[in-house]
Amino acid sequence: MSFVVGGLICVIGQLLMDLTSYKVTPAHILVGFVTAGAILSAFGLYQPLVELAGAGALVPLSGFGHTLTQGAIRGVERDGLLGVFAGPLEAAAAGITAAVVFGYFFAILFRPKG
Amino acid sequence: MPAAKKLGQQTVFFQNPPAIIASGAVVGSKEAEGPLGKTFDRVIDDPYHGEKSWERAERRLLEDAVQIALQKANLSPQQVDFFLAGDLENQTEASALAARDLGMPYLGLYGACSTFYEGITVGAVLIDGGFAERVVVAVSSHCCTAEKQFRFPTEQGVQRPLTQSWTVTGAGAVVLAAGGSGPVVTHATIGKAIDLGQGDPSNFGAAMAPAATDTIVRHLLDTGRGPKEYDLVVTGDLGIIGRDLAEELLKDHGFDLADRFTDCGILIYDPQKQDTHAGGSGCACSAVVTAGYILQQIQAGKLQRVLGVGTGALLNADSPKQGETIPGIGHAAVIERR
Repeated sequence: MSFVVGGLICVIGQLLMDLTSYKVTPAHILVGFVTAGAILSAFGLYQPLVELAGAGALVPLSGFGHTLTQGAIRGVERDGLLGVFAGPLEAAAAGITAAVVFGYFFAILFRPKG
Repeated sequence: MPAAKKLGQQTVFFQNPPAIIASGAVVGSKEAEGPLGKTFDRVIDDPYHGEKSWERAERRLLEDAVQIALQKANLSPQQVDFFLAGDLENQTEASALAARDLGMPYLGLYGACSTFYEGITVGAVLIDGGFAERVVVAVSSHCCTAEKQFRFPTEQGVQRPLTQSWTVTGAGAVVLAAGGSGPVVTHATIGKAIDLGQGDPSNFGAAMAPAATDTIVRHLLDTGRGPKEYDLVVTGDLGIIGRDLAEELLKDHGFDLADRFTDCGILIYDPQKQDTHAGGSGCACSAVVTAGYILQQIQAGKLQRVLGVGTGALLNADSPKQGETIPGIGHAAVIERR
């Protein structure tokens, strides 16, 4: 199920790249998926998908949006309004740090071939 | 009163046509695997060319091409009056660094991928005007520096649409001289920057086709020649899509070039085997095909008179993001067997 759901999310991204004008860039799709995930999560629609598909829903960019929203909600419950700002990054800290650290080491260890 | 060596609106002719006395074409492994693989002087398999970065590799490719051309002409850099060069990096840095190492008086040129033909035009003007005896024209491009410059860094691994071309890794150089043997440059037509509103940075062919067409039509009208007076009309890097568009546009103007019309970007790769999508592009595309295959065909007598049209897409890294469309340009030069 994880594979099917994750794959379908990616199919949507691929169709958006193939069927839209060049003005829709990969950057737009990236931001669009994070935002869509965040909004769906706010309405409680993303959590059921995570329960159904696990990593298939969490690994795509929409899963990152979901993490940000859930972090914001938890932050508000704990710290009030300030939590809106602190919560999302706190929730996503592991993912962001992992990206920076792995990116750093891979850049040191490997050289792109061209 | 019209200028003494000008024909019509955009064409100049050379009273004592400068000769291309030597050429050098250096390419990467992908180009060497293509249909023209055997026509190049040197193949560099390592995309880094033994250097730390792709930018440094490109500079070395450019220097190699110049040195090969100078060796063939039996000249030292001190015997050259001017060095005209360009590339696709920021502030044409590959050319500047090569100029630093080669030590010849240097004029940097930028006409995007049309720079080689822009250089031949300026070089021929300098020689026929009596300002120089020998001029070296050289350009370079590198797949990985150009992708970074105009699209996405190679490391990002972004999908390439089918309309996209593959930037040629390589460098081409020619030595133009007032005397000496070799094919001559008889005319040049300087193109206009033409923009019909195409803004997709992954489809340069469509952006450049109207400009290439305009220059070819202008050239034929200015000189009063028909397409049949040329054995070959070869554009720089329109690729498969751009060439077909240009052919249609030429027909709209009443010129049917039929099988006399091809493109360096089509000649250099095999799209079926090499997955290059729309064809080759980059400054080096027209340069290595002209400095290699085309000049060899002329010297072998298989082609008598060729109209080469360097084509360029005049965008920078920011202009498409700011919603600007892409002006195209085409500069033409007539190369003839003497």
